[in-house]
Amino acid sequence: MNITVKILRFDPEQDKKQHWENYALEVAPTDRVLDILHQVKWFQDTTLNFRRSCGHGICGSDAMLINGRNRLACKTLARDVVKEGGTLSVEPIRGLKVVKDLVVDMEPFFDSYKAIMPFFVNESPAPARERLQSPEHAELMAHSSNCILCACCTTSCPIFWANGSYLGPASIVQAHRFIFDSRDEATQQRLGLMNQNTGVWRCRTAYNCTEACPREIPITELIEQVKRSVMYGQA
Amino acid sequence: MTRARTLMDARAQSHSNAELNWWIFMRVSGLILIFLVLGHIYMTFIQVSDSDATYHAVVAKLSNPAWKLYDWLILTLTMLHGMNGARYVMEDYIRSNPNRAWVKMVVFSVAALIYALGTVGLFSI
Repeated sequence: MNITVKILRFDPEQDKKQHWENYALEVAPTDRVLDILHQVKWFQDTTLNFRRSCGHGICGSDAMLINGRNRLACKTLARDVVKEGGTLSVEPIRGLKVVKDLVVDMEPFFDSYKAIMPFFVNESPAPARERLQSPEHAELMAHSSNCILCACCTTSCPIFWANGSYLGPASIVQAHRFIFDSRDEATQQRLGLMNQNTGVWRCRTAYNCTEACPREIPITELIEQVKRSVMYGQA
Repeated sequence: MTRARTLMDARAQSHSNAELNWWIFMRVSGLILIFLVLGHIYMTFIQVSDSDATYHAVVAKLSNPAWKLYDWLILTLTMLHGMNGARYVMEDYIRSNPNRAWVKMVVFSVAALIYALGTVGLFSI
């Protein structure tokens, strides 16, 4: 299949602004967008920069805006986003500063991740074997523990674009993972963080995050669950 | 919790249920307003004919304190609900502190003026 790949490029040493560059390629319908980018980088333009690590949808490095939607390049097949003779557009994820080409500065994203205490807290003495969890309790955090921190959701959120102080959907999903973990003991502290002006109350339920998530986490629903538990926890 | 470096951070981290209460208020007032406004539309445009919708007919209706309260409730809830929505938008989209402060001041002053005029108008009939 012959396609045109349109990539939003930026070189901080030369460019003042991002600009589009087109590459004509022959790809197989079953090629992933990541393979297409590799083809560009390896055979056409070695200056192209993008992040990728595992290439199997687990590390969450290669989130990018593909044909107007945040997706993982390694989980998106060419046949699903482009037709014969069509154009495939690839841009960096929005709302974070572009470092080069498709690479963005992830620090603000991980700062808000760190802010929600993303670690297991349990001060009571450990039992002889393991801290057991019933299947019902595990079910509560089944979705939120699927998160791979790829930033697809946070960088598709209109409130995050406009206002950098919002923690963002990814952090709230991570907080949900610990708040709804029956073994964790810092629930109240995390609910307190979620109750701040920068926490869950900033969510306007735009549903962009749910649409963007490559792990099919019902993010907006999880944010609503956190809102509800803040409401009942504080009442 | 990240360490608060500025007064803004400290303020954001201080414990307050304000945002929670506004969130609940938005849901409750929205639900009440649907019925109040539908009732208002029904009574002003459907229940009465064009000839009844005169100044005198309205004054006669509003001489009843129950109708005054009904209309005042609509005024209060719409102003609070609408202004809180406007506050959400301002807090989301105006990022510079000084700009946000004066835009909010102007918007809230105008809202307070409208609310005061509405209340005075309603209760002086």
